[in-house]
Amino acid sequence: MAITEIIFWFLSALAVISAIMVVVSKSPVHSVLWLVTVFFAISGHYILLNAQFIAIVNIIVYAGAIMVLFLFVLMLMNLNKETEPQKNLWMKLTGVISGGCLLIILISLIRQATEIKGKIAITKTGDIGLIKVLGKELFSNYVVPFEISSVLFLSAMIGAVVIGKKD
Amino acid sequence: MTLLSIDWFLLIEKLILIAVIIFASLGIALYTTFAERKVAAILQDRPGPNRAGPFGLFQPFADGLKLIMKEEIIPNSSNKFLFVLGPTLAMIAALMTCAVIPWGDKIVAFGRTIALQIADINIGILYVFGVVSLGVYGIMIGGWASNNKFSLLAALRGASQAISYELAMGISLIALLMITGTLQLGEIVKQQMQPNHFWNVVYQPLGFLLFLICAFAECNRTPFDLPEAENELNFGYHQEYSSMKLGFYLFAEYINMFISSVIMATLFFGGYDIPFFDEAKHADWGNWLALAGVICLMIKVVLFIFFFMWVRWTIPRFRYDQLMKLGWKTMLPLALLNMLITGAVILWLKK
Repeated sequence: MAITEIIFWFLSALAVISAIMVVVSKSPVHSVLWLVTVFFAISGHYILLNAQFIAIVNIIVYAGAIMVLFLFVLMLMNLNKETEPQKNLWMKLTGVISGGCLLIILISLIRQATEIKGKIAITKTGDIGLIKVLGKELFSNYVVPFEISSVLFLSAMIGAVVIGKKD
Repeated sequence: MTLLSIDWFLLIEKLILIAVIIFASLGIALYTTFAERKVAAILQDRPGPNRAGPFGLFQPFADGLKLIMKEEIIPNSSNKFLFVLGPTLAMIAALMTCAVIPWGDKIVAFGRTIALQIADINIGILYVFGVVSLGVYGIMIGGWASNNKFSLLAALRGASQAISYELAMGISLIALLMITGTLQLGEIVKQQMQPNHFWNVVYQPLGFLLFLICAFAECNRTPFDLPEAENELNFGYHQEYSSMKLGFYLFAEYINMFISSVIMATLFFGGYDIPFFDEAKHADWGNWLALAGVICLMIKVVLFIFFFMWVRWTIPRFRYDQLMKLGWKTMLPLALLNMLITGAVILWLKK
């Protein structure tokens, strides 16, 4: 086994196990910390694909900012076992069934997709993920969707400020 | 020698480099604690620690020994695992940053050319940001796991402060990156070493000022040390900690200070560039030139660390609303303005 393959399997196992722990953990703070681990494992995968920019942005934005805000809110809420609402068994069952259905659909879609059939991810080489190439691509071929999404973010930000403001 | 398609010599070389850099960082941080007490003493007109060894030079070892020998206490009502994880994360995040910093030029040893940088990655400065944004977990997890109201309040303060100032820090750096056109720290230093190129601080004075202030805030140094404001929060987020776990928190702060000084020196003050000296003309000096560069970087860093301490013992702490107001209503607009002006000037010069 090549070293890339070993790293790949390690990261995949880490990602899947942490993702399961996110759901299984009793304490919400633990769930958030497991989710941070998931993001790290995914960033590791990006680095294997030589997409360094996406890897680090994933860490800065998700692990470094959004998850900190999640922790922030969770730590301020007093989550005791007594205050937690009792969950209905039927609710849990329907959750499992609908989640399973989604999983089946996703798997069947991936199996049928012809675009990715027979293609192997390029590890360690390829420079599309490097910041120079990515920047040129974003600001030439994809400049319109890029700018539209930035306007969308701006409007979301302004909306949040308006909602948060005491009148 | 290749096994598992790894170049083992490269691996050994990097391992040695990592060990040297980490131990050097720890040693410098150790003596920064001593320097802090001495600087405080000089500014307050008293002798400072002078009992252990000549001029009190063994004081940091005595302090370290004291911290290690003290009783480890884990509070009963705390979350045990996270309580230990807190200081660990703080320390790891503090040390991880040194991986992308160019400490010096290449040296030649045992027939190999060794770059004095662990990894000159494509995303250089973004990596630093990634690690800095993780540093806040150490404070938050430690403060929450202590199960103490004061700790929790301090942790929340620390986290919101770090997030607020990261924003202005990032934007102030974007202006610099527009000039350099690269994120690689090694490349940024090499550009500044060109004979007809000044240090970046000349092109980006406002950017440097903003970055400096944000660095103070990110390191939780006075005047931004709200997370450990003794008069409001007893002792801050490490209230429940004792022995070496407390030591790690205090130590991580000094390592952060050291690393942010190195980054400021690298980005704005030419890194290992020797001022008023053309390195390219003296390439035959070989390893000695590289060594002189490293020493030069260290001198710059020591000056920055002294500045950190000078400010700490001169300026009183902000109030919390003043801190937030400064971050969001002064720093952020100034950083945006700086970015716009830099962009406009670059466009104008290229036309």
